[in-house]
Amino acid sequence: MGRTMKGIRVIAISAALMLSAASLHAQQAPQEPPPEAAVDWDKEFGVTEKTRDPVTGELPVDPYVQSNANAGAAPFKGDGMARAFGGKDGIRRIAQSTVARSEADPRIKAIFEKHDMGRLRRTLFEQFCYILNAGCDYTGRAMPPSHKGLGTTRADLNALVENLQAAMRENRVPFAAQNRFLAKLAPMDRHVTERGEKRLLPRR
Amino acid sequence: MPFSTPKLILHGLRRTALGAALLLASPAQAEPLLDDAKLLLTGGVTSVDGASGGGLATWSTIAGRGSERAIGISAHVTGIALPDYGWQSHGLALGIHDRVELAYARVNFDTRAVGAALGLGRGFRFNQDIFSAKLRLVGDLVYGPALLPAIAVGAAHKRSLDGAIVRAVGAAAAKGTDFTVSATKLLLSRSILVNATARLTRANQFGLLGFGGGKQRGRTVQFEGSLAWQASRRLALGGEFRTRPDNLGIAQENDAFDLFAAWAPVRNLTVTAAYVDVGSVATFKGQRGALLSLQAAF
Repeated sequence: MGRTMKGIRVIAISAALMLSAASLHAQQAPQEPPPEAAVDWDKEFGVTEKTRDPVTGELPVDPYVQSNANAGAAPFKGDGMARAFGGKDGIRRIAQSTVARSEADPRIKAIFEKHDMGRLRRTLFEQFCYILNAGCDYTGRAMPPSHKGLGTTRADLNALVENLQAAMRENRVPFAAQNRFLAKLAPMDRHVTERGEKRLLPRR
Repeated sequence: MPFSTPKLILHGLRRTALGAALLLASPAQAEPLLDDAKLLLTGGVTSVDGASGGGLATWSTIAGRGSERAIGISAHVTGIALPDYGWQSHGLALGIHDRVELAYARVNFDTRAVGAALGLGRGFRFNQDIFSAKLRLVGDLVYGPALLPAIAVGAAHKRSLDGAIVRAVGAAAAKGTDFTVSATKLLLSRSILVNATARLTRANQFGLLGFGGGKQRGRTVQFEGSLAWQASRRLALGGEFRTRPDNLGIAQENDAFDLFAAWAPVRNLTVTAAYVDVGSVATFKGQRGALLSLQAAF
């Protein structure tokens, strides 16, 4: 007991010493630091302001080469799949519903909080429309760069798939056609998730 | 000048608070241990050996609803009504990072009137414990290259609790270990699940009648095949085939078949109903009946 008290006293004394040293140092400081409002933190950290496109409302992204290959899958042949999805209008509804459901989904909504949702709605529609061979070109980025830094997992991907399934169901896409479409998307899993399997054993 | 001190301290405090908030943020946003994240039905149901799979076959699935960054658990109870016998089994399984599966199952096999005919007593029950482990080596059931199935290896250690009796019917041992290698893939473009499993085993009637016998003492390679059609997100219909060794001198053992429907009415429950044909069991032929299995998984 006595030893503990002594220990605490020692800690208290050294903390007091440190504090007084800090205040001494502060009092001796020759110049007052500039007021915070005067510091341009964006400049300090090299942040440049992004301005939305006046027409589309989308934020600019780093330059990239546009190509349908960025969609990550070869399109279906024929118009059977496009018809099963209700043509361009149906595909637009499905893409928008998938995004809306995901933005409201407590499991994954945080991923979209600082995201350019206008651009996502447009590029997701284009990607679906291109792969379903409904007469669109995909103008977005490839899957790895467009998902960089999102920290997504397989669990997030499964949640998104469930939202897409709900959107397809809502638009009366037959289940076999839903799966045929998912078959085009499923091989991209490692390109749209960033955090893979948790290791069972720590790395040596 | 004297006012600079509190301002500096305030600035420092604000920074400390920010640092503390960042530190706290990581545990607060830590991923859940159980994430309940698998797509419906992709964890399989529980096979008669306690491992995840179809009804008869062990698949390369990992039990439970956990994704590759979490764990999953499942519990099941299965009943099979055959003309002359009753099967009841139950068990638990743990899936770790969708990579490793550990499972336990208990099988109770009621011989009803056959027990009296065999001199064991009416309603005699053969009992068995099964401890199994499975490791998924490569591939995924749903994701990744369309032609790369999930491939897993497994071991199932089976212990008959009726050692003296199974030896009396001619079994070489009351304990045995099966080794399996399975490949399973959901071919999304066709909504078809395909499974093929090779099993190195010397179990008689799944191990209920012991291991090895007069006709064949050691392990042989047996085959398990499953084919299922995903009718909807919640319903899969399929059939399975499982070859079995014929080790015992006194009774013939046949290959087994089933036709099943697996239905997930809610996220955490799967109901499997099946028609099962296991052929002849302990000289009583034509054992065809109904299987009902309930699995809760998280």
